[in-house]
Amino acid sequence: MKPAKFDYVQAETLDEALATLRAEGEGARIIAGGQSLLPMLNMRLARPAVLVDIMRIATLAEATATNETLRIGAAVRQAALQARPNLHPLLAAALPWVGHAQTRSRGTLCGSVAHADPSAEIPLVLLALQGEILLRSARRTRRVAAAEFFTGMMQTARHEDEMIEAISIPQPRVGEGYAFREVGRRHGDFAIVACAAVAHAGGVRLAIGGVADHPAARDLPADSAHWPEALDAFAHALEARDDLHATATYRRQLVRKLGRQVMQEAAACRA
Amino acid sequence: MDSPGDKWVGQSLPRFEDAALLTGRGRYFDDCGTPPGTLHAAILRSPHGHARIESIETSAARALPGVAAILTGEDIRATTTSLVVGVKAPMECWPIAVERVRYVGEPVVVVVATDRYVAEDALDLIEVRYTPLPAVTDPVTALAPDAPVLHEGLGGNLASERRFRYGDPEAAFATAAHRIAIDVAYPRSACTPIECYGVLAEYDPGEDSYDVFANFQGPFSIHAVIARALRVPGNRLRLRTPPDSGGSFGVKQGVFPYIVLMAAAARACGRPVKWVEDRLEHLAASSVATNRVTRLEAAVTAEGLITALDWDQLEDCGAQLRAPEPATLYRMHGNMTGAYAIRNVAIRNRVVLTNKAPTGLNRGFGGPQVYFALERLVQRIAITLGLNPLDVIRRNLVPTSAMPYRTASGALLDSGDYATAMETALRDGNHAALLAKRDAARAEGRHYGIGYTAVVEPSVSNMGYITAVLTPAERKRAGPKNGAQATATIQCDAVGSVSVHVASVPQGQGHRTVLAQVVADELGLRPQDIRVVTEIDTAKDAWSIASGNYASRFAPAVAGVARIAAQQLRARLARLAAPLLNVPPEDVVLANGKLHAQGNADNALPFARVASSPHWAPGTLPPEDSAPLRETAWWTPPELTAPTEADEVNSSLCHGFIFDFCGVEVDRITGETRIDHYVTMHDCGTVLHPGMVAGQVTGGFAHALGAALYEAHSYAPDGSFETGTFADYLVPTSMEVPAPIILHHESPSPFTPLGAKGVGEGNCMSTPVCIANAVADALGLHDVTLPLLPATLAAHLHGAKPNAPAATPKGERLLRGEGQARVNAPREELWALLLDPDALMAIVPGAHGIQRTSPTDYTAEVTLGIGPVKGRYRVALALSNLDEPHALTLAGSAQGALGFGQGRGHVTLTEADGATIIAYRYEAAVGGKVASIAGRLLDGATRVVISQFFAALARQAAPQAPWWQRLLHRLGFGA
Repeated sequence: MKPAKFDYVQAETLDEALATLRAEGEGARIIAGGQSLLPMLNMRLARPAVLVDIMRIATLAEATATNETLRIGAAVRQAALQARPNLHPLLAAALPWVGHAQTRSRGTLCGSVAHADPSAEIPLVLLALQGEILLRSARRTRRVAAAEFFTGMMQTARHEDEMIEAISIPQPRVGEGYAFREVGRRHGDFAIVACAAVAHAGGVRLAIGGVADHPAARDLPADSAHWPEALDAFAHALEARDDLHATATYRRQLVRKLGRQVMQEAAACRA
Repeated sequence: MDSPGDKWVGQSLPRFEDAALLTGRGRYFDDCGTPPGTLHAAILRSPHGHARIESIETSAARALPGVAAILTGEDIRATTTSLVVGVKAPMECWPIAVERVRYVGEPVVVVVATDRYVAEDALDLIEVRYTPLPAVTDPVTALAPDAPVLHEGLGGNLASERRFRYGDPEAAFATAAHRIAIDVAYPRSACTPIECYGVLAEYDPGEDSYDVFANFQGPFSIHAVIARALRVPGNRLRLRTPPDSGGSFGVKQGVFPYIVLMAAAARACGRPVKWVEDRLEHLAASSVATNRVTRLEAAVTAEGLITALDWDQLEDCGAQLRAPEPATLYRMHGNMTGAYAIRNVAIRNRVVLTNKAPTGLNRGFGGPQVYFALERLVQRIAITLGLNPLDVIRRNLVPTSAMPYRTASGALLDSGDYATAMETALRDGNHAALLAKRDAARAEGRHYGIGYTAVVEPSVSNMGYITAVLTPAERKRAGPKNGAQATATIQCDAVGSVSVHVASVPQGQGHRTVLAQVVADELGLRPQDIRVVTEIDTAKDAWSIASGNYASRFAPAVAGVARIAAQQLRARLARLAAPLLNVPPEDVVLANGKLHAQGNADNALPFARVASSPHWAPGTLPPEDSAPLRETAWWTPPELTAPTEADEVNSSLCHGFIFDFCGVEVDRITGETRIDHYVTMHDCGTVLHPGMVAGQVTGGFAHALGAALYEAHSYAPDGSFETGTFADYLVPTSMEVPAPIILHHESPSPFTPLGAKGVGEGNCMSTPVCIANAVADALGLHDVTLPLLPATLAAHLHGAKPNAPAATPKGERLLRGEGQARVNAPREELWALLLDPDALMAIVPGAHGIQRTSPTDYTAEVTLGIGPVKGRYRVALALSNLDEPHALTLAGSAQGALGFGQGRGHVTLTEADGATIIAYRYEAAVGGKVASIAGRLLDGATRVVISQFFAALARQAAPQAPWWQRLLHRLGFGA
């Protein structure tokens, strides 16, 4: 369990990181907290030619809030954000489910988004809240909505020469309610099903992780009489699969039952 | 000591080892340094459950700078002998694959290099060509006449079969009011120590001898196995162990094949060779407990009295029968009636081989498998007869008046008061409140259940029990085997300070603390005055085949023999002091660091002066007492006799008693099992250190909880290993393990020097079935399979959903999918692309080195990737069922370092408004490393790769080429 050889660039500035990405193309890989990438390196699942470490870039370590959004830089660690006061309630509810305290002390939010594991909580929350991903290359910057960013298992809309500079999450809005639930084999395991709900005057937005190849969200009507049918349709649309830890049937069942609970909780929180 | 008469034994002293262990100063295998010139080994392992090795190409790896040696099975075979197999069966057992691989993770090539990184780089450069063979992973299927055979010499997969009969089981069944049976399958799990295996081996050609340093735990009977494999007498194999161990739980016994492998590698290199097992290697191929399929039937009276048991056990030892297997099957042989007085027993024991990792010692060794059947059956008897399960237990328990009690199959239960222990547990564990809680929960529609178990926990194994696998005639020819030698040496140095050495390696039992307590009590010293040395060196130390740390023998046997050695030393000290104190030796008292005359504490000598006197003034001492004080004691209990002609086996010396009960709730939505209340009552004889006994019980409980709820070594039907990381092999953490309520009822063993019995393994035997019984009670389940998957319990709770698509059929592990792409190109153009080798390879993502081997067959080197995961594969593609231009079948296979796969896809082309819809349906099977470590992601990854292919096809057919390329193309240049 030793990685293959790679070069290591500790970027001091964003420009240096972007220039390395541009020069190295697909052989380069950004490393931030390393909580997913390092095991992959050690198991030789990933063999990047160059690792670009961005954790020394001071500007990326900032999380800045406006009235509308919270912008979380690429070097912001999960534990650091978790300790922040007045965090968005949905994010605050989900972060304790991200790995373990030990991995959160190293792992970053943007790293989790870049990795795009189908069970990951942070992409799920980003999708539920309709956040954005700020991508930057040496040539340009662009913003991609979460709904467009996650395209498949560990597949995203990021181009090879781009890195995630930050993610942006809308601030809580008056009249919205939020809830989060997750089922895994053990606390900290990859989610079998994770549910995030945002209730608002017009209905409930439900996002599901751990079932499809990437997190998926649907907007459901406010009237809970329609929920069973809508949840059933959603559960089937996610194309759940069997694996060692859960069956597809079980996942669908959890989408129906937990999904309903989470939506009820979110609606109840709207006050 | 605060007051005379107090004893150190029985107190929960702070552990002497903890200061070092908790501050990172433990000296584990990997902390102990290496001799100059040491090389490092890495092992290439089989990705297949069963395959023939066609060729091993190592030239590129040999050419890598830093690589010192590359050894295949043939090379190892040239300098070693097959590991001895414990049954009389024509099969070989090599530590590395020879001609064939039989389980995922089996060593295939050993690379030795200047460091581990280079060694692993070299592994990547080795190309092994395999021809996969049909695999068999299920023990029942492995016995079918048409099952793939692992070892041809056996003629099948049955390695051993024996029948036993005690009392008159036929008569008991014939006259029984009820015959009640249960069928269970106990899964594979293992105790996963934090520290994996480590071996440092040297060969001295001048002496033709091996010097091995390894975190081996014993039994040292294996020393003989290793020496034989290395073709040297025992005195040319020096085996040493490190002072600390990062856990073992039996598993470190299984390091011995790697000792042989690394010793052979050191000999081949002429340099010391070190190998440290990593977690991927450990989970796939170290050592695990057996899985077992059991049918157990009881003859029962109307009152629930069990008059006979009929056992049919099918033990799955994996791909090889490694010493001391099939010991897992026989360790409990004397205890097949558990805590119950059942006089009539029939047993059929069969051992089968399958394409899974070989099995070995593991905490609970054979107990979990037996008690899961027996205690599930007791619950079933209660349900069938409409009795309270507690009454069924009560009516069958061995009565206190019968102790020591000889079981039907030969064990001598040394002591115990099972009934009192059980009633005390029910009272002190608040059983009445638990019943009320269950009623209340059920009234609310919740799924709450209560489970019970009564078990006997054997400890101090009889080294002869495994010979029960042989017939009495075979045993007679081989000569009797029995006993459980333990040894301890205590010496006093030139300043009279005391050192203790035992032939037992520590694994958390607190050797340094407990032995210091025991010896301090005998010598009138303080425990902190005693130094305990726990390394073993077979070249210098007293040891025997039973040495080591296993079978819960530390407290009963090792601490016991330390006491005997201390008593011998005390007697010598008294003889030395007697003339100086002017009292007879029997009137010399050792207390408070002094030797004084009985009844006159002022007539005293310092301990150190007497203890050191043979060093400084031997001439003043009687010749028979002039040697420095060094006492080696040996102890083997006379009760551990060899198996009798009638196959009665006293398989263990001590028998603790455990009565557990628990309350669990199963979540009505998630199917998750929550342990609400767990009570475990132990009778482990005299408690030497209450804190450590609580630690042993808690640790055993945690392991057992893992086996009950989370842990299973999982294999797909093709032999693929599916739990290769801790993301899939789920070990409970502190979040998942509630604190059990631990109770004690002490019945000292009359057979051990301190009255102590083993306690470390019991909960591994009692807890899995106790939880299973509780869940069965909660849900009204007839059958319970471990681990208790929430998905399985939820399916029972929710019932099958008629509108749900069928789950993957059993016996298959195919990934299926479909998709389509719309391409702005005519159908004929697409068809031409699919049949054009250059174009086809251009659309296989990352393809290079294309070769066309026939008009419809291609091979290529392909780099495939999902996100950061990238690997290079040898790919073969074939087109068939050509139905121009409508449809074709595309079949392919890929093989690479990350794994292998094969699949078929049916592709149809349909015209749609000038464009073409390509639709595809595929099924694929993926195995190897990626299946072991990323099974959760396989489906999605396959989908990504296949959709990449069709996306590339679409791009190739309707390229958005730059204007100048399109212009050149129109002018007739370029492709």
